[in-house]
Amino acid sequence: MATMTITSGTAPAKRRVGVLAGLEHTATLAWRNLVQIKHNPMELMDLSIQPVMFLLLFTYVFGGQMSGSTHAYLNFALAGIIVQNGLFATLSTAVGLNNDIQKGVFDRLRSLPIARSAPLAGRVAADLVKQLWSMLLMLGIGVALGFRPHSAVGVLGAAALMLVFALAMSWLSVLIGMLASSPEKVQMMAFVVMFPLTFSSSAFVSPSTMPGWMQAWVKVNPVTSLVDAMRALLDGGPLAASLTHTLLWAAALAAVFFPLALRAYQRRT
Amino acid sequence: MEFAIQAEGLVKTFGSTRALDGVDLVARAGTVLGVLGPNGAGKTTTVRILATLLRPDAGRASVGGLDVVRDAGAVRAAIGLTGQYAAVDEMLTGTENLVMIGRLLGLPRRDAKSRAAQLLERFALTDAAGRAAGTYSGGMRRRLDLAASLVGRPSVLFLDEPTTGLDPHSRGELWDIVRGLVADGVTVLLTTQYLEEADQLADEIAVIDHGRVIAGGTPDQLKAQVGGQTLELRPARPAELGPVRTVLAAVSGHEPELSPTGVLSVPVRDDAVLPALVARLTEAGLVAGELALRRSSLDEVFLTLTGHREARPHDDADKTKVGV
Repeated sequence: MATMTITSGTAPAKRRVGVLAGLEHTATLAWRNLVQIKHNPMELMDLSIQPVMFLLLFTYVFGGQMSGSTHAYLNFALAGIIVQNGLFATLSTAVGLNNDIQKGVFDRLRSLPIARSAPLAGRVAADLVKQLWSMLLMLGIGVALGFRPHSAVGVLGAAALMLVFALAMSWLSVLIGMLASSPEKVQMMAFVVMFPLTFSSSAFVSPSTMPGWMQAWVKVNPVTSLVDAMRALLDGGPLAASLTHTLLWAAALAAVFFPLALRAYQRRT
Repeated sequence: MEFAIQAEGLVKTFGSTRALDGVDLVARAGTVLGVLGPNGAGKTTTVRILATLLRPDAGRASVGGLDVVRDAGAVRAAIGLTGQYAAVDEMLTGTENLVMIGRLLGLPRRDAKSRAAQLLERFALTDAAGRAAGTYSGGMRRRLDLAASLVGRPSVLFLDEPTTGLDPHSRGELWDIVRGLVADGVTVLLTTQYLEEADQLADEIAVIDHGRVIAGGTPDQLKAQVGGQTLELRPARPAELGPVRTVLAAVSGHEPELSPTGVLSVPVRDDAVLPALVARLTEAGLVAGELALRRSSLDEVFLTLTGHREARPHDDADKTKVGV
């Protein structure tokens, strides 16, 4: 074959995407993931109705039996319900990314001259916004049902802590999203891992009523320290130990899964 | 002459599978290069390398004079890609899909909106602009996908099996769109399993099989390369199929193929075959209901080149005949 080299004088040899442009790409893709909600009633269910439903069911079905009054149980359990919902929500990152890969949207985005990290960062950012929305909704309904937060600073702290932990967890979610063969598998995984993980903690009942072996597990379960810290921030009580544990766990999760997730992502990119 | 797309010796292996085994391609600017081949031949892998989604293990390729590995960012700014499955966001409306791409390409919001409206108009999607793409028909979705790949006014467009699964009407619409783009000066690389599509659209065709380009040229050159003409014969009386077949085989020196509609066909190179055949049939007292000599179709070219038949559009039953 005749070989021809075309030298192009005008095109720059390499086109790196600037930081500012990269942030704009991320913002556009975050917008994309949020505006989807408008056209997808199912997602609105996940984000709004499901959290509220759990809040109402736990409070009014279990409340009287657990704590003698629904009001007392609401004060105890609100932190646990928020944490459970928040941890389940981190898996929507995996489902969304996996969906984009399977549907070919990911290829379309990667064929555009945009920052390589933008599709990932946009998804994670949008999921944190959704996370915040669900949490504020549950807090709002909680207050309407009679929950009185310990302090305004405590509420802000609880929200921030939940977001930090969710961000750390989202890298595990990214990894799952990159590796899973279908969004349905991701959802199944969410159910069999997240359900026992969140229930075998201090989220809904005091661990002191559980058998010894279970208590041993509950004590080391990171969900327990997260719930305890959130409960302390929302409802008062000792905070230092549980907060330290939670932040250490978040750091450890991020340290393990951020590099793994990024490597899996780069393999695809 | 300037090549808008140029690939030399592309090799790509996935595990133990050698998907590409040294692919060479060129496309002149402003033309359509049809890459024709069966499933698994390496068409999509080739496109993914040219569109910077995959790195080749060996070989090199350039698009618009830019290396697809070293200058990947600049290549991305020059190309549009429409994949095998319509890669639009089903949860977004037609407008939102296109505005998103425009914003990602750095257009201000107002420009992104007007560009979206313009493309939706061009692809007859204005009425559906405010509906989620998930509610679109297959043809509409494919048009939206194509519109999405045109937001950045690419000079080189990759269409990976753009009409797979479309009904004949939608397929025709898409062909017209591609012709319009080429008239505007866009270079198109189109992969297809459909010989008719390559014949209709491509200025040049590269036939690819088992990760190698096994033939190339204009559609006419390819047809000529494989041996000129095809003789078709339908016996007037179905009962005489056997004897007619024997005569045809003897005269042409090829074993005739029998179509499902009862037509026998053989490739012929020699013009003298036709009169000889008529004489022999008359001698044997056999009557030909239909007798025709015609230029080989790309279908036959493909059969000759690859040794197996390719699927025709909307005739999936044909796929089971691979290896005839």
